[in-house]
This record gives sequence, structure tokens and C-alpha cells, in this order.
Amino acid sequence: MAKAEKPALTAQQKSERRAKTWQSIKKNKWMYLLLLPGFLYFVIFKIFPLWGLLIGFKAYYAGLDFFNSDWVGFQNFADFFVGSDFLRLLSNTLIISFMNLIFFFPLPIILALLLNEVKVQWYKKVLQTFVYVPHFVSWVVIASISFMMLKTPAVAGNDAYSGGAFYEIIKALTGKETDLLESPSSIYWVLLVQAIWKETGWGTVIFLAALAGVDVEQYEAAIVDGANRMQQLIYITIPAIAGTIVTMFVLRMGSVLDTGYEQIILMQNTLNQSKSETFDTYVYNYGRVGGDYGHTTAVGLFKSLVSLTCIQLANRAAKAIGQAGLF
Amino acid sequence: MISIKRKSVGDFIGEIVIYLVLTILAIVMVVPFIYVIASSFATDTEIQTSPIFLIPKEPTVAAYKTVFGPTMKHTVVRSLVVSVLVTVFGTITNLFFTATMAYALSKSDLPGKKFFLNLVLFTMVFGGGMSPTFLLVKSLGLYDTYAALVLPGAISAYNMLIVRNFFMDLPRELNEAASIDGCSEIGIFVKIALPLSLPCLATFGLMYGVGHWNNYFGALLYLEDQAKYPFQLVLRNIVMQTAETTTSANQELPEDSLKMAVIVIGTVPILCVYPFLQKYFAAGVMVGAVKG
Repeated sequence: MAKAEKPALTAQQKSERRAKTWQSIKKNKWMYLLLLPGFLYFVIFKIFPLWGLLIGFKAYYAGLDFFNSDWVGFQNFADFFVGSDFLRLLSNTLIISFMNLIFFFPLPIILALLLNEVKVQWYKKVLQTFVYVPHFVSWVVIASISFMMLKTPAVAGNDAYSGGAFYEIIKALTGKETDLLESPSSIYWVLLVQAIWKETGWGTVIFLAALAGVDVEQYEAAIVDGANRMQQLIYITIPAIAGTIVTMFVLRMGSVLDTGYEQIILMQNTLNQSKSETFDTYVYNYGRVGGDYGHTTAVGLFKSLVSLTCIQLANRAAKAIGQAGLF
Repeated sequence: MISIKRKSVGDFIGEIVIYLVLTILAIVMVVPFIYVIASSFATDTEIQTSPIFLIPKEPTVAAYKTVFGPTMKHTVVRSLVVSVLVTVFGTITNLFFTATMAYALSKSDLPGKKFFLNLVLFTMVFGGGMSPTFLLVKSLGLYDTYAALVLPGAISAYNMLIVRNFFMDLPRELNEAASIDGCSEIGIFVKIALPLSLPCLATFGLMYGVGHWNNYFGALLYLEDQAKYPFQLVLRNIVMQTAETTTSANQELPEDSLKMAVIVIGTVPILCVYPFLQKYFAAGVMVGAVKG
């Protein structure tokens, strides 16, 4: 009996719910109108290109008709992994990413902790104003300034002419005339210093926000208990931002293969290309410039899949050590 | 508040070190800009002979006169106009798309809301990549048009979610009061939600605007005609002109001071809006959506 009644009730509930939903949809018709432009944007510019991933399985070059180009299965992927480019790109990308992780990642945290110790509010504001500026300046300007500061003297070997400011500083310190713009491996250090200069200050924003949430009473209690500044830092401040640090770390790991386009393309030249070519710049140079769309789509797809895996793994690792993680 | 008078000597020294380190850091961050501005007002001989200076010995505006002089004026002014227009129309487009979608998704009782949100979140972690997106823009007929600099990035999913959080925090009572007064849903959005979230929208307007002004890669990808180039590309071309890159031997190379002047022109608009940016992001608007 009870068994027979239950589905009937559910069916009635279902139709009621359906009617309710329908009513609610009708009531919200203006909301859907507001939603429409954004929805269309995501479908056209974010979902349609997923269909375009099929190009990765075709031999498709600029100038060919998409429907007439040949299906090649996993040939593009096979060519890429077997070819000499793959290992070179992987090593360049990982070097840039991990130098960034080791040298750059801790800096905003340290800077935020230092800024947090500044109790004179107006001075803290002044400092923040200064360190945030480079974030808002374009990569073109950063690259141009780097170029002006690193360039070798206009007339080589003539002491009357000086090179860029940085070139001269290095020359004074080491006694050597180094052309950082054109010697291949130095590109890594140039990219790192640029990233540190541009983003360290802005990177503090999120940590400062987390620090602002710490209850002042905790510090007062600690002072009463005789804790000095160092102890307050270790037992109150750092635990307070640990969650944020882990979140940022997970995000960073998820984008370990993303080196970005602008910065590297602006600093790339034929002399350092063997060291500065990453997955991203390769896709630009061979796809957009070279016209080999099939091959570069395959490379892009490979990169997306690896990123997706990385962010999952990092998130799981974060949860395993007892942090909230990202999702 | 407990008086924090009982400072140990160690704490005091530590404090001095912190202030010193931070002050030096802050100066290091802005010195390159001061050097560039100083050089743009210096003579070329001074730049060529002294590695760094912060005040030019013989200040001159010759470089700026050349930039806006007969040979370069055409390219420079045209590209500046392009950059300004792309920035203005691009930002308006960004705000329209971002605010409408964020507002609709802020309604807790909107059927299908979860589906739309998941769609957005999905695109944040997985995408087609550059080549398919480029081919799409091309097949939509946007290649080599200014629309290609605006539409493919009309919404930043991340920004949209923060604006949505902001709308969700608006008091519900206002909506109810307004709808009793006979205000339509769109009326509530335009007359109540938008004015109340002005600081938030201003912040994102400025962020989007800075992005458009600074955009180099978008124009590099989607513009073919050099006459359509925005200022960042023109700036790049001028700075990169060296003896090795110029093809004709008798073409006159731009002087260093001129390159510096062009860099300054590319940066000044950012420095002009910077105080406004700071006023808003100090309020912590930017941090809302990192979690959740």
C-alpha cells in the first residue's frame, strides 16, 4: 500500500514543482534577459572554441578549408611528443615556472608580513602606493625599460659611451661586459626580475587582506603573556594567513605550464629563442605566425589537460595536509 | 587598547630595520620610472655618456617636440586616439556584460542558476586555447577589426564573480520595497542595484580600462593593418628600432631620449588613474571571490 502511494504522491509533487518552476521562470523573465548577453559571450567565445579542439586531430594549415582538411587522428600529438621540440619546451617552461615558484612566490608573503609590522598608518599607505605602481604598467613598457637599462653601449669598446644603467652596474660589480638581452640563459633571470619588480607589491594585497582579518585582541593577549614580536609573528600572524598561502599555491601549481604570452614574446629574440620558447610562445609562433593550426591546437590541448590535472592534484594535496583547498 | 610601551631593545631595532628595508624597497620600485622620465627630458649625449641620473643636467623638451613633430605626429597621435577609443568602448562593453550577468546570477531563486554558474567555472579551468579562439574570431569576421580587441574578452569570469558577490550582499529589503512601489526587475537593477554598487563598478571599470590601455598581445594577434595599431604596439616598434633591426641604412634611428619620451607617454595615463584605483582597491573589493 505504502509503496503504491509514494510514487503517486511524488508524481503529483513533481507536477506541482514543475508548475512552480515554470512560474518562477516566467516571473524571472527579465532576469534571463539580463543574463543573455553574458551567456552568449561564454557560449560563443569560451564553448565554441572547444569544438575547435577537433582541429588538433586534423592536418589543418592557414589557408585550407576546415572541412576539406584531412583527419589525422593523434598524429599531431605523436609528432609533438616524438619531435625534438617537446623536451626543449618542457624544460624551458618548467625552468621559468619553478624559478618563479622558488624565488618569486615567497616574496609577496614576506613583503606583506613586513608591511603588516608598520604601525604608522600614513607611512604604510605611502609604501603601498609605491610598491603597487609597477603592476599597472604594461608589459610593453616594462620590456622597453628593461631594454633601455640592459642594452650594451651604442659604440662598443669606447669608454665615452655607457650602456644601460643595469648593464653598467653589473659591469662595475663583476668587471665583465654581459649582454643580458642576447645571451640565451640569462633570459630566465631577466624574466624573473621583471616578474618580481612588476608583481611583488600587488601580490601583497591578498595577504594583507587576510592579515587585516586577524583579531587585535589576540595580539593584546599575547603581549600580556609576554610574547615578543617574533613570537607573535610565528604563533598568530603566520597561522592566520596559512590558508591564503595554500590557496595561492594551489592556483600557482594549476598554472605551472602557463608562462603567459606577452612578457616572453616581448623579450624574445632569435638569439635567446632556444631558451625562451615555452608552450605558450610556441603556440603563438607556430600557430598564429606560422599558420600550423592543427599542430598548435594539439599542443594547447595537451597543456590544458596537464593544467587541469595539476590543479586537481595540488588541491588534493592541500586537503591532505588539512587545509581547505580551492574546491 | 593596552599601551605597548614595554618594547624590548630587540623589538626596537627590529622595527628600525623593517622601516629601512621597506623604504629602500619602495624607492627601488619607482627609481626605474624616475630614470625614464628624467631621460626623456635629457639630451641624448647625457643618456649616452652617463649610466643613470635622476635629474637631467640640461632639461629639454626636444624629445617630445620630435614625437609630436611633423615626421612622427601622424603615427603617434593616431595610435593614441585608437588606444583611447578602444579603452573607452572596451570598458563600457566589459561593464555592461559583467554587471548584467553578475546581477542575474546574484538572484538566489533563479531557476538554472547552478547550470550557468558551472558553465562559467568550467571555462575558468578549461578552454580551447589560442589557435581555436583565433580561428573563431577569424570566422566571425572580426579579424583586423577593433571588435576583436573588445569582444573576445568582454567578461573576465573572475571579475564577474566578485561583482556577483557584491550584488548578493545588497539588502533584499530594498528590492522588496521597490517592487511594492511598482518598480520592474530591470528598474530595480538600473535604479537601485547599479547606483549602490558604484564603487565596485568603478573599481572594475578602472581595472578593465587599464587592461585595455596596456593590451599588446590582443592587437598583435588580431590586427593586421599597421595603420590600426594602438599605442602600445607603436611604442614597441619605436623602442625596438636599432641599427640591427632597421633595413635601410640611411633611415634615421630614434634617439634614446625620444624612446624614453614615448615610454613616458605610454605610462602617463595609467599614473593619472592610479590615485583613483588606489582609493577603491584599498577598500578590499578585489579580494572577494578568491575563496568560494
